[in-house]
Amino acid sequence: MNNIGVGSLSLVGIISTFIGAVMTMQIAFQLVSDLIPSSIIGQINRDSSILELSPTITALVLAGKVGSSISSQIGSMRVSEQIDALEIMGINAPGYLILPKILAGITMVPLLVIVSIFLSLAGGLMGGALSGAVTPAEYINGITSDFNGYTVSVALVKAFVFGFIITSVSAFQGFYVEGGSLEVGYASTKSVVVSCITILACDYIITAVML
Amino acid sequence: MIEIVDIYKSFGDNEVLKGISATFEPGKISLIIGGSGSGKSTLLKCMVGLHKPNAGRVLYDKADFTRMSFDDRIPIRKEIGMLFQNSALFDSMTVEQNIMFSLDMFTDMSRSEKVDRANFCLERVNLKGTNDLYPAELSGGMKKRVGIARAISMTPKYLFCDEPNSGLDPQTSILIDELIQDLTEEFNTTTIVVTHDMNSVMGIGDYILFLYKGQKKWEGSNKEIAHTDIKELNDFVFASPFMKVAKNSF
Repeated sequence: MNNIGVGSLSLVGIISTFIGAVMTMQIAFQLVSDLIPSSIIGQINRDSSILELSPTITALVLAGKVGSSISSQIGSMRVSEQIDALEIMGINAPGYLILPKILAGITMVPLLVIVSIFLSLAGGLMGGALSGAVTPAEYINGITSDFNGYTVSVALVKAFVFGFIITSVSAFQGFYVEGGSLEVGYASTKSVVVSCITILACDYIITAVML
Repeated sequence: MIEIVDIYKSFGDNEVLKGISATFEPGKISLIIGGSGSGKSTLLKCMVGLHKPNAGRVLYDKADFTRMSFDDRIPIRKEIGMLFQNSALFDSMTVEQNIMFSLDMFTDMSRSEKVDRANFCLERVNLKGTNDLYPAELSGGMKKRVGIARAISMTPKYLFCDEPNSGLDPQTSILIDELIQDLTEEFNTTTIVVTHDMNSVMGIGDYILFLYKGQKKWEGSNKEIAHTDIKELNDFVFASPFMKVAKNSF
């Protein structure tokens, strides 16, 4: 949990803050009409962050950082016979090695996504204020008006599913690796690729089902 | 006692083991020898349950290990100690944690009892005081000895060693052999060693099983091995110039 959650906090925080800031400026750039109030920028940023950017970007980043780490860690244990040692001792190796990681994933990824949402909104506030695209008052007015709590539920469902995908796919790739250190590297890369594609596919399915 | 009865194992079309049968007695060191690709390690893995044989049985004190479920195997697995070729120590754990791992998982011992047991095992392999070192800080010989200490932490009835001398200098190899011999006598374990180290064969081989292309070609003791007329065995045993010279003294 520490590795997946606390260990990824700074990376997720930096990425979320900058994405929030950039999103605000880009939305402001596209909404060049006196008929549209500037507060709408906050609203769009809020809903985009909650529904898509925070869960998906966080998951894709974690697939790279955490997924490759899990895959190479378990893969190294496989090729150095540490998993064989566990099995000979009578220990259920998947239960001992993989289950805690999956539990950590489905617990910590939703928490990271919640942090990411807040930091993305804070980043939007800073980006808007620093660039002059939207005043802090208008932005806060935007993110607090017409809030639909259901969007958070969608985000958390996505985060839960993505957390499961990241940990289970990478653990599977590592657990069944055969060969040596080269194959561990391949498994690590493959785990990131498969995780990312699966995350994007599930993102589409969840969105289609829930919205 | 461990008995293997008519073990067959193949990977795809490649038949690695072709009907191997043997009996391994307690209190004795049994060596499985043979050239590379002869099926030694595969046979060992079939015996400990890492590979499932295509046919045949592995009997631990008459109990058929091959037909047991994962849960039924656990009591037998607790009595198995194994030394891996590359030691297979858990990288993220200290030496002490490696040795205490099985104790943590399978016993109700208190922390101090477990530490005492770990210290006893370390002392037994002449590695006293290395408790807090990590595997990455150990030499090859030390890793092997920690592997042995971990293998004996639960006082196993059955000890398996996969090429315990590989990558070690001759002096350390002899130390490891002596250690395996002492432990076998001390705990009356059924010890099975896969090796192609001829010093081990001549030094500690109470019973030797010679595999050739997946078949049992010969079995006997280290006193008999020098006097056989089986070409494949002689080619294997007396392959090195040193052993050719030594043959005359047997």
